[in-house]
Amino acid sequence: MRPVAVIGAGKTAFGAFADRDLRSLAVEAGEKCLHNARVGPARIESFYLGNFAGPSFVGQNHLAPYVSTALGITGVPATRVEAACASSGSAFFHGWAEVAAGIYDVVMVAGVEKMTSQTTARVSEILATAGDCSGEMRAGNTFASLFAMIARRHMHDFGTTREHLAAVAVKNHAAGALNPDAHMRKVITIEQALKGKPIADPLTLYDCSLISDGAAAVILAPLERAREFTDQPVRVLGIAQASDYVALDQKADITTFPAVRMAGEKAYRMAGVTASEIEFAELHDCFTIAEIIATEDLGFVARGEGGPYALAGCSGLKGARPINTSGGLKAKGHPVGATGVAQICDLVLQIRGQAGERQIARHSLGLAENLGGSGATCVVSILGAA
Amino acid sequence: MKSGTVYTETVIYSAPEAFTSEAPYQVAIISLDSGGRVTGRILGERVAIDDRVAEVEERQGVPFFQKA
Repeated sequence: MRPVAVIGAGKTAFGAFADRDLRSLAVEAGEKCLHNARVGPARIESFYLGNFAGPSFVGQNHLAPYVSTALGITGVPATRVEAACASSGSAFFHGWAEVAAGIYDVVMVAGVEKMTSQTTARVSEILATAGDCSGEMRAGNTFASLFAMIARRHMHDFGTTREHLAAVAVKNHAAGALNPDAHMRKVITIEQALKGKPIADPLTLYDCSLISDGAAAVILAPLERAREFTDQPVRVLGIAQASDYVALDQKADITTFPAVRMAGEKAYRMAGVTASEIEFAELHDCFTIAEIIATEDLGFVARGEGGPYALAGCSGLKGARPINTSGGLKAKGHPVGATGVAQICDLVLQIRGQAGERQIARHSLGLAENLGGSGATCVVSILGAA
Repeated sequence: MKSGTVYTETVIYSAPEAFTSEAPYQVAIISLDSGGRVTGRILGERVAIDDRVAEVEERQGVPFFQKA
């Protein structure tokens, strides 16, 4: 297996863009990425697109060549990957595998979602198709309610509180306020988060990530060739994808995500690092409780300590291990199919020292965790300065 | 009819399109006395974790439980 590097990254701003369609967003991210890697589209040998529900959100299928040809990438394999909210994390894993295996040298991995042309109720319904539609979803669940039930049980088993959940939202909004590309650049207080509109008890509006439009793209190449393209290659030190049951009621314990643990352990092993060495991370905070559990499953803290960890400020921009310096899905936004690759872009930005106002001091080893559904897919990537 | 214990629950205020007219409503995952878990709806009084519940009816494949 060959060592692999990210040689370019680019993304759109995330937000609600009434005048933009899916393809124009993906093309903007792709072009920024090509420019960043200083390559033309003819150099791309394989193209992956992470997208969750383009057919439902915008009525378009066959999305990979629909986007790649608009970028001027023609003739090469163009493959769409769908794994719910981990769609582009999974696309990144497959693009990485292709380069690592020596099948291709220059591979673009993009992710895109155009969500805001639908009503919130319709978006909830489309997102719900990432759950088990023959059981849990037929009972009237939403993704917010599945994570609400996870939060309830975590509170019951470990004493996690509403304040702990709110602390994650406050922290990620604070970082998002410094990110010019974030969907919501608004600082909030614990009191505001606690008094938010109820969505599914105990989660309020402030515990939920945003419904966004956006796209992101990266280009991968063998590490040995990376400096042909860029002075600042970022190495993929470890990466793994794991899976678990789609339905929450099939899981033995809903306060932990086995797929996160398995992907994390494999990625740490490949990278030859331990959890304690990770300097910063982009974690999948689709709901505040998901970030709390991710910090536990990835071994940053012991089980049950994720809430107090967030409340104590350990994961803030000035904390010992900053988490979601981009603002996370909570404030940066969550265009579902773009999120996995966007997390990689955010790691690249920090590692290269280009994160502007939110640049952190220790930024040479970062981890991204991209979760699909209520834990049925997880991709963990560990990136470092090459 | 099935009976069991509430493993977790939530009251949903923001419902998917097909359920908006029913909100707010409670859903729960029930650990069944017969083994395994099932996701169902709660009728009547709200329930909490560890409460005992019994199934009262089934609508389109979805079990509806009530506090026992």
